[in-house]
Amino acid sequence: MPAPVITARDLRKQYEDVAAVDGISFEVSPGESFGLLGPNGAGKSTTMRMVGAVSTRTSGDLEILGLDPNAHGPDIRSQLGVVPQADNLDTELRVRENLLVYGRYFGLPRRTIAERADELLAFAQLEEKSKAKVDALSGGMKRRLTIARALINDPRILLLDEPTTGLDPQARHILWDRLFRLKEQGTTLVLTTHYMDEAEQLCDRLIVVDHGRIMAEGTPAELIRAHSSREVLEVRFGADRNAEVAKRLEGVGDRIEVLPDRILVYSANGEAELVRITEAGLHPITSLVRRSSLEDVFLRLTGRSLIE
Amino acid sequence: MTAPATTTDRTAPTGGRGVASLYAGNSRAVMARGWRATRSSNWMIVVSGFFEPIFYLLSMGIGLGALVGEVATADGDVSYAAYIAPALLAVAAMNGAIYDSTWNVFFKMNFAKLYEGMLATSLGPLDVALGEISLALLRGAFYASGFLLVMQALGLNLSWWALLALPAVLLIAFGFASLGMAITSYMKTFQQMDWINFVLLPMFLLSATFFPITVYPQAVQWIIQAMPLWHGVELVRGLTTGAVHWGLLWHVLYYAVMIVVGVVFTTKRLRALFLD
Repeated sequence: MPAPVITARDLRKQYEDVAAVDGISFEVSPGESFGLLGPNGAGKSTTMRMVGAVSTRTSGDLEILGLDPNAHGPDIRSQLGVVPQADNLDTELRVRENLLVYGRYFGLPRRTIAERADELLAFAQLEEKSKAKVDALSGGMKRRLTIARALINDPRILLLDEPTTGLDPQARHILWDRLFRLKEQGTTLVLTTHYMDEAEQLCDRLIVVDHGRIMAEGTPAELIRAHSSREVLEVRFGADRNAEVAKRLEGVGDRIEVLPDRILVYSANGEAELVRITEAGLHPITSLVRRSSLEDVFLRLTGRSLIE
Repeated sequence: MTAPATTTDRTAPTGGRGVASLYAGNSRAVMARGWRATRSSNWMIVVSGFFEPIFYLLSMGIGLGALVGEVATADGDVSYAAYIAPALLAVAAMNGAIYDSTWNVFFKMNFAKLYEGMLATSLGPLDVALGEISLALLRGAFYASGFLLVMQALGLNLSWWALLALPAVLLIAFGFASLGMAITSYMKTFQQMDWINFVLLPMFLLSATFFPITVYPQAVQWIIQAMPLWHGVELVRGLTTGAVHWGLLWHVLYYAVMIVVGVVFTTKRLRALFLD
């Protein structure tokens, strides 16, 4: 197995009396697509900033591309591509200029940058917008431009913090497609997300983070297998009845979870559980059988939903 | 875009080490960005700022000057226009430098998140500080050079020493750009930014710009002499009126200190904000 491109051991970041990252350890192999899944405030962005060599760790070990960020910040940053959570494109510049100027920040030669800018505009499907103002772009286009910009220095690792937050479904799918292509080309991706579908689509392996700690680690399929049943039955009895009905559902399925708006029944066979419930004389307003997802894993591990 | 593998043409960052390494020797990339931005979006604002001191010179110097007549200085009498022109020259340098280094910087820092993007690359905070300050300084220099030409055309440069007013205004612009950016980097709200204007306006009106400071009580004179603009005005006035003496070097020293203090604090602050 090739040497990991990122190694974190017992990584911590303390802000005054708050431990934003509280002792997490992970490794990322070259070419791998690695995810940090967790709710807002779990410490994902702080971890990303430390990996991006723009934040100094409080304690623990961290190696990026074999270098310690405490000693080699700029060397590391010159080999990373960063897509921050909030777009920070240069709105005083046009689309293509954003790429040209960003390339100069890395001290790259103009000609190299110009060639790469054209390739990247094509990759980001923004060729026709090359002379447009940044503010005139849609949210999805801005995101694609930010990704193109992050690739201008031909980075060895691409860090993406919540890449599709705030985008509509269609824009998300376009973005996923682009990221999937990068992955196929062998770019190492590290991304944070609080969308489980995103993690399932893009991540080879992921860690579930909450309160600055790792709750679980594995491939999406492994995590679901280890922490959830094959299927989930969702039943709704109305907001005021769910809790009361839940008491009568004891013994149904492997496990049940009561949420404010619905009851989740974990089982290998959701349909069979629904039959048992109706035979017991309970008639849900709506019911739905689906496969377990990372959302269920998260709920199991933390007792909370990802998006609250 | 292609497989990661080899590195091409990476400029190895020089200077300090660590997450918060100060300098990559690439502040010209920050300046180049500023040029491009100015060219593509805000050149009109730049041009409008150029005329402001010229209007002052025409209205006060020529208009009011007809009523005032001569002003007595330590080295003899000069016309009122020739008295205020060097002060307005220093003000032109100040205005150009201040505009770029305060409001522009405030916007880039708090809204455009421009520096966050820059510092995610191999640039260091000193590159950003020097690049932005140099840009502001160039704008001040541009305003001042134009103004110096207007003065020449109106016959308000009374000595060949006026040639040295050009490096002098560069120094003044550098000082204001540097300190302006340092102060702005500590500002969080628009209200705080207004304090800058609150200081600038009285400084502009009272720093021996339109009349000698000897009209004030001693205590007020001391306050004015502690402010940067007065030093700029005295330095430039000495040069354009030909009243040159060694004492002018104190003003030069004042600005040198101001530049160093500004660059040091700006760099520190950028590092604290974006490389924690």
